[in-house]
Amino acid sequence: MSLSDPDHDLVAAELGRDPTPAEAALFENLWSEHCAYRSSRPLLSAFDSEADHVVVGPGDDAAVVSLPTYDGEETYIAMGVESHNHPSYVDPYDGAATGVGGIVRDILSMGAYPIALTDSLYFGGFDREHSRYLFEGVVEGIADYGNAIGVPTVGGSVEFDEGYEGNPLVNVACVGLVTEERLVTAEAKRPGNKLVLVGNATGRDGLGGASFASEDLSEDAETEDRPAVQVGDPYTEKLLIEANEALIDEDLIRAARDLGAAGLGGASSELVAKGGLGAEIELDAVHQREPNMSALEILLAESQERMCYEVRPEDVDRVAEIADRYDLGCSVIGEVTEGNYVCTFEDDEPRGRETVVDVPAEFLADGAPMNDLPMTEPTQPSRDRPDADLDAAFEAVVASPNTASKEWVYRQYDHEVGTRTARRPGDDAAVLAIREAGAGLALSAGAIPAWTDAAPYEGAKAVALENAANLAAKGATPHAAVDCLNGGNPEKPDVYGGFGAIVDGLADMCRDLSVPVVGGNVSLYNDSAAGPIPPTPTVAMIGVREGYDAPPVGVTGEGTLLEVGERGGALGGSEYLAQMGGSDRFPTLPADAPAVVETLATVADLDSTLATHDVSHGGLAVTLAEMVSAEAGVSATVADVEALFDETPGRVVVETTDPDAVREAAGDAPVRSLGEATTDGTLTLSVGDTELTREADAIRDLRAVIEAELS
Amino acid sequence: MTVAVIQFGGSNCDRDSVRALSHLGIDAERVWYEDGLPDDATGVMLPGGFSYGDYLRAGAMAGRTPILASIREAAAEGLPVLGVCNGAQIGCEAGLTPGAFTVNRSARFQCERIHVRVENADTPWTAAYDEGAVLELPIAHGEGRFEADDDTYDRLVEEDRILLRYCDADGDVTDAANPNGSRDNVAGVLGSQETVAVMMPHPERATLPDLGGTDGTGLLRGFERTTTTV
Repeated sequence: MSLSDPDHDLVAAELGRDPTPAEAALFENLWSEHCAYRSSRPLLSAFDSEADHVVVGPGDDAAVVSLPTYDGEETYIAMGVESHNHPSYVDPYDGAATGVGGIVRDILSMGAYPIALTDSLYFGGFDREHSRYLFEGVVEGIADYGNAIGVPTVGGSVEFDEGYEGNPLVNVACVGLVTEERLVTAEAKRPGNKLVLVGNATGRDGLGGASFASEDLSEDAETEDRPAVQVGDPYTEKLLIEANEALIDEDLIRAARDLGAAGLGGASSELVAKGGLGAEIELDAVHQREPNMSALEILLAESQERMCYEVRPEDVDRVAEIADRYDLGCSVIGEVTEGNYVCTFEDDEPRGRETVVDVPAEFLADGAPMNDLPMTEPTQPSRDRPDADLDAAFEAVVASPNTASKEWVYRQYDHEVGTRTARRPGDDAAVLAIREAGAGLALSAGAIPAWTDAAPYEGAKAVALENAANLAAKGATPHAAVDCLNGGNPEKPDVYGGFGAIVDGLADMCRDLSVPVVGGNVSLYNDSAAGPIPPTPTVAMIGVREGYDAPPVGVTGEGTLLEVGERGGALGGSEYLAQMGGSDRFPTLPADAPAVVETLATVADLDSTLATHDVSHGGLAVTLAEMVSAEAGVSATVADVEALFDETPGRVVVETTDPDAVREAAGDAPVRSLGEATTDGTLTLSVGDTELTREADAIRDLRAVIEAELS
Repeated sequence: MTVAVIQFGGSNCDRDSVRALSHLGIDAERVWYEDGLPDDATGVMLPGGFSYGDYLRAGAMAGRTPILASIREAAAEGLPVLGVCNGAQIGCEAGLTPGAFTVNRSARFQCERIHVRVENADTPWTAAYDEGAVLELPIAHGEGRFEADDDTYDRLVEEDRILLRYCDADGDVTDAANPNGSRDNVAGVLGSQETVAVMMPHPERATLPDLGGTDGTGLLRGFERTTTTV
């Protein structure tokens, strides 16, 4: 891939000359789809990113929101999400590991200390050997990197769908803690300040990663593109986390940007462009890992674990001392100016110092023309439901890798380091103790591609509602979201139409719920010989509650079971149809979603509430099965198969000692009696005139499909 | 009294350990490994993490740093030392405790809740419990399988230096309750003095009441029962 002819002409017209090879490569990478969002930015204005508690919205390394202060001081949360899809296909272990590293550094760039990660992973069919190879490699890469840097992985999602066979997705979100005094942005402040590069030495790894991420994966990508994948070093990342904290402690940083796509060229030019300034950078001043690197290689290498800081001249020595204390390389590579973004280079050749880049920083950062691509509107599937045996359908849905236990995954992640994890993975949402503010921070992340595959717009709305309901099930109020929008090749009108629909669906539901979408990431060209991926809107949403206590998922056996929330009267996108065949329209979502979410949070916090569990993937069948343990069971009645497998989000099953209190708290939201919790460790379901019984052991075996196949 | 929680470049339970000890009213502070052992330290905690990245062998490099030489000397004079997880691996590598912690039977990292049985309640670390008491504690490690040669192991048993064994919720030491394949389910051992102990489970993660269980509290209170200063 090289700079396209129209882009070349545009650059030449702006510069009044042909770009140098280094400039052409810089424009090629920074104007790529991956960096410049040329096909997606025209759609992203649909999102509402404003609210009183939004401190830093989209456009910086990560977003920052303030938390309500229940008890303590004002505390900010930095949050971001990133995809590392193509690298994870080519090299699952390193691709996923460096995805974690990258999003953690985005959090560091805001002056924040990272406190939690979530991973949303999407692979081809679980029965395929290749999917399992990718799955195992990705999980191990995330575990080895995340565990070593001491940031707990507290949640996420795993989905298997044929649509990801040629193109898996790895979407990593991170949250961090920061205060007003410690907050740093990526906006360069003043000419004369120095630019300091701290961290790993620069090598030839990851060259051209941004442009690699902006085209379809070719059939031989696994061998051909390996040099474009970076290799991570979590020990250095951990040192960088601690050094960054020490630098912020001493107020030595004026602006910061981590080095990600397009390496030093990307980070340094974006940093000065955001401040409306320029820079003069001596590329040969960069500390290097390999001999004889060219200017272009130093400029664009995506070597990991590096940060670019703007530092006052008088603070440079102290920054170098702190870097040295943490055994990190440190080089003063240039300074902020009022002119162009200029890079010079001198090597051993007799030609002397050369100017290899001299371009207006803002043109480089924001000058890429946007694409106006044709799209075709998606249509809803028609109704053609199977006539399936209840017993077989129950087993198939509960034992589907999509709804089954993910313990095999999260047991490999250290989810407790940091001693904040009050609600652990396996629950509807993780809850972190933010003792600084007396707040419980609930986190939910994921998407259900079967929903957006069936109905991109309604499915994306449902994904947003589902993440909000996960938070509410643990008594938290949705507070802010970041999204990772994954799509196929936007040059195909039907693919682009589906992508546009998930953007609108997500935006509409988040606006409806008053959840500002404060940042995100777009990954297009997730397309291969196997076809495009389903449009996949991963949402990472945070919620807040007073205190950290929340009802558990499992029933105690002491209470009555109620279903709070509205059913949608259809099975489109459901695991039931995925397993048993057929099609249907997508369920109708509740007309007043904010009221439903508020109700769920209120019900979760009632003194009489013993257990709560969100209803979504797999419907009531899966929800109720998951509430059963060896000590306590469930005896429930539903009218028919549709009621059992309906996946409409915005619903919670509650075990309560006071059904009237739940009905009163629910107001206008529907409350249905399901039955009773029992002490026999058995799930007993009456569905119409059919009865189904499963003991806790049998349910556990069904749900252990991933563990059974991979351990 | 101030317990020195030693921070290596890749330590990641140092802050958690200080938070848990402080919660118990035990004064504690982080000490950067290159700054040396403070003269007024009343105890040493080697926290969990990945000391030097542990690309070689968990704890191998940290066990050979100057601060570990100082800790070894101080421990010989009675300074209490507790190594947890990576700290346990470092303790073995540094020769503070016998045996080694190596790759889990599963060959995977495991983060989960397990049970351990108190095998010797007559130590500062376990005095809060009865012998045979069952504690629920978190583990989070990839290299936690305790191994020792027969002579070493027999001596440990003979000298009553097995501190904790993995067991089921009823206190039965079974293979099914052994999360990582440790020899005879050993989860923690004593050094040549009872003031030195290492263990794979994380007591500092089972101390703060807002996270659920508090079964680890008594183990950390060992620092209160050992009053020696160097």
